This record gives sequence, C-alpha cells and structure tokens, in this order.
Amino acid sequence: MQNLQIELLELLQQDCRMPLEKLSVMLGVPMADVGAMMDDMEKQGVILRYSPVINWDKTDRERVEAMIEVRVTPQRGEGFDAIAKRIYRFDEVKTVYLMSGAYDLLLLVEAHTLKELGYFVSTKLSVLETVTGTATHFVLKRYKSDGIIFEDEKTDKRLAVNP
Amino acid sequence: MDYDRYVNPHIAGVPKSGIRKFFDIVQTMPSAISLGVGEPDFVTPYHIRNAAIESLLDGETQYTSNWGKLSLRNEIAGYLQGRYGLRYDPTLEILVTVGASEGIDLAMRALLTPGDEVLVPEPSYVSYRPGVVFGGGLPVPIKTEESRNFVLTAEELEAAITPRTKALILPYPNNPTGAIITREALEKVRDVILRHDLIVLSDEIYSELCYAPEGHVSIASLPGMWERTIYLNGFSKAFAMTGWRVGYVCAPAPLMDVMVKIHQYTIMCASTQGQVAAEEALRQGREDDYADVAAMRQSYDHRRRLMYNAFREMGLSCFEPLGAFYVFPSIKSTGMTSEAFCEGLLREKEVACVPGTAFGQCGEGHIRCCYATALDKLDIALTRIGEYVKAL
Repeated sequence: MQNLQIELLELLQQDCRMPLEKLSVMLGVPMADVGAMMDDMEKQGVILRYSPVINWDKTDRERVEAMIEVRVTPQRGEGFDAIAKRIYRFDEVKTVYLMSGAYDLLLLVEAHTLKELGYFVSTKLSVLETVTGTATHFVLKRYKSDGIIFEDEKTDKRLAVNP
Repeated sequence: MDYDRYVNPHIAGVPKSGIRKFFDIVQTMPSAISLGVGEPDFVTPYHIRNAAIESLLDGETQYTSNWGKLSLRNEIAGYLQGRYGLRYDPTLEILVTVGASEGIDLAMRALLTPGDEVLVPEPSYVSYRPGVVFGGGLPVPIKTEESRNFVLTAEELEAAITPRTKALILPYPNNPTGAIITREALEKVRDVILRHDLIVLSDEIYSELCYAPEGHVSIASLPGMWERTIYLNGFSKAFAMTGWRVGYVCAPAPLMDVMVKIHQYTIMCASTQGQVAAEEALRQGREDDYADVAAMRQSYDHRRRLMYNAFREMGLSCFEPLGAFYVFPSIKSTGMTSEAFCEGLLREKEVACVPGTAFGQCGEGHIRCCYATALDKLDIALTRIGEYVKAL
C-alpha cells in the first residue's frame, strides 16, 4: 500500500467527515485522486465504514457491555472459523477475536440490560455444541477505546504568544 | 533613586521583543485564537515524560556533568551522525545546554570582543540581535528577499562583510519565514565564508521540520565547514519539548573549551530530568526510526498546505514555507503596516498573529502565522482572517 493511501487513512480515522476538498489540500493531490483512492479502498474492503466514535456513557441509553472468554473445540477442516461465524452472527456480539493462550475466542458483547446479557450467555452462547466453557467479565468503565481517550482534557496549555 | 545610573545602558538600550505587546492584549481576550505561538501543539510524547517521572522516582535529583550526561551526549553524537552526517566527539565537542537559546548566548560571549560584527540574515528569530549585543558585538542585519525564497545569497553576504566581521548566524529552517536552505545555496555561501575566514553559528533547531523531499542539510556537513561551525540544535521543536529547556551546542574543541567555561560558571548543567527525557527521545527514536517526529512532521505538513492554500485563496501573496511551522504571508496589498494589520485582526476578529517587524525591520509587510494549532481552530482562524481581509 502506498504511503499516500496510509496518510489518507490516518486523516480519515481522525475525522471521516473531512471534506474532499480539504483532504486534497492537506495531502497535496488533486481532489479526483483522493476520491478515487477512497473508492478503491472501499472496494478492496480497506475502508469498511465511516462511523463516529460514541461515548454511550454520556447518553441516556441503557447499555451493558461484557468481555467474554470462550473456550471451544475446534472442528476438523474448519479450525475455529466455523464456530467463530456461529458466534459473530448474533447481533449482541460486537467484536470477536481468536486468541492465543488460556482460551480461544474473546468476545465483546453488548446488551441493553444485565438480564438480557445473562440471557444471551446462558441460552445462546453456552449451549452451542462446540463451546466448552465461558467466563464473563462486565465492563465497568471505558477509559480509552481505539486510541481515543474518553475523558481527555483538550485545553491548550501554551501561552498565547511566545517566545 | 535613579536606576539609570546603575544599569548597563548597552543592555538597557536593547528593545523588548515585539511579540510581548500582543501577548498582553491577547491575555485579555479569552476567546481569541492564537497563531502567535512558537511551539508545537503536541504534548511531549508520553514515553518521554514517563522516563523523566521514573528518574524522579529513582531519586535522580543531582547535578550532572557540566557537559550534560555522557549517555545523552553519546545519543546526540549517534543521532547527528545518522541523521545529518555530522561527526562530533561526545566527550569534547558536544555540550548540553538550557535550550538552544543558551547556545546562542554562549557562542556570542565566547567569540566576540567589542566592535566585532556579526551578520544576521533577516527576517529571523528575535534573539539573535540581542544575543550579539549581550556578547559585546555589533549585529549587522542582512535583508533576505522573498523573491529569492528568503535564502541568504553569496552576493548579499559578500556585500555585508567588513574587516570587523567575525561571524555569521545561519538561521535555517527559518523562523518566521519557513524558508529552508538547499545544499546548492549553502555551497555558494560557503565559498564566501571561507574566503573571509568567518565563523558560522548555525541554528538548526527546526531541522527535523523540513518538508522538502531532499530533507535538511547542515552546513557543518560541507567540506571545510565543520572546523568553523558552531552547531545549535535542541529537543523543543522536533520532540515537542519546549518547556523542558534542553538543547545542545556542538563545535570544535578549542571553541567548545571557551563556551563550556561560561556554561559551567553560569549554568552548571541543564536540568537532570530534562536530560533524561531528551535521552529517552533519542534512544526510542533510534529504535523506531523517530516515529514520534515523523508523525508530528506529517501532521504539520498537512496543516502547512492548508494554511498556505488558504492565504493564497484570500488573495494574499504567500511564500511557500518548506520548514518550521510558520507561514509568512505578505499583507502589502492591504496597504497596512504589519503592526496595524495584526492589531486590527486581533481586536476585530480575535485572531492573534505576529507582525513581521518583530523579526527585523525587513519583515514589514508580512505577518507570521503558526500552523501548529488544532485543525478546528485553524479553520476558524483562517475564516476570520479571510473575512477581515475582505472587509479592508
């Protein structure tokens, strides 16, 4: 991948609503080229979505999150992929990683209430035939996510005119 | 009491920095956006801050060698060789100072005797001229031309030299113009420097912030120049470490001997934690190819293009800066003086810029705007400047 594409991705990651015109000026390339690069990367699946980072804690929405460690029995010819697919199709499951170490899959699961989340684990996840065990850890507070500090102070501490 | 009888008139006569006045006005305007700063908008990278915290927790609270920690000087030597092809012996030719600013003072005091002239290409940083005066010398400004990219030419240099000229300050990448000097241009001035047997004080504090693909070239790396160059650099701009006050001077040992004498009797040593932090900056940089610096440089470069483009769209003529983090647009088309323009802009639109005259009389007709400012604020500031210019 070219440096320019990476530079564009880094800018979009900071602010995906940045107008094409501004991106073009900042990168020093024509607007049409920026548009073409974005189209390309969308088609290649490099850019999956342009979505905001939300601090749900500041909204009224009821929400419970948990990290769930899952131990599974891998299947012949499929490895972990088939069971991962069975799991990630549930809407409650926001993130799935295959892990090295003491367990196999790590899920980030989201539900409206504690009861709903408990229901998911006990009636949907644990009962899958290849799942041999789960450990659920509730998220108490998010400090930083995807490189963004949630309650970061943004004051400019510099003197207004210097030196 | 008549204090005038007591103070040194030579020092008292040096004008205060032209930047201060604006600082006082801006202080009364909480919603003003300032493009008047001369420092990065990044906070020092966390691993660097953390190294200083660890060192404090370990009780590293003592003086270091007058020269600075040897481990830091070793890192500096490696950095300069790897980055700019400069070879300095860390035991005899590298001195850690309280910012590159101390280096200017040391160099001037070490070199000058009354009546010595020092050439100062302008527009340039506000401390050079006073530094020369404090050292007992006579600053001789050389006006550099926008039409020649604000780069000192051999002809301009030649014309300013007298039998009393001892040294030349070489301020590239330049604050406030953002000009850089190419190898070709350096070679031309080198011939004049050699012919007239001058010493060069090369202030390369912005060397990491060079946006030209060929990168920064140090005059000390040119044949015949190492011997007659006092090289200044520091951590403030490249590593966003302005408040730590750590810089360094490199020079041949006979010059260094004299500078170290002044440093050891007046300063003792740069702050220990500042040195620890600086060492961490270079140590990590050596391992990850200066990723912190590269990320900051890229971010400045984006904003540089944005700002340069915005001024041209406003109809102001603007030199394309290729170094530091300033643009220096011309406001001559408005018919206003730099100072009147900046004062009006601040009062009417609450945007602070610095009049070009703060950097030498030849800065008249220009303003200095720093783009090391958050993008959202930069956008607002540029919109306001555009409105201000349109209404003139």
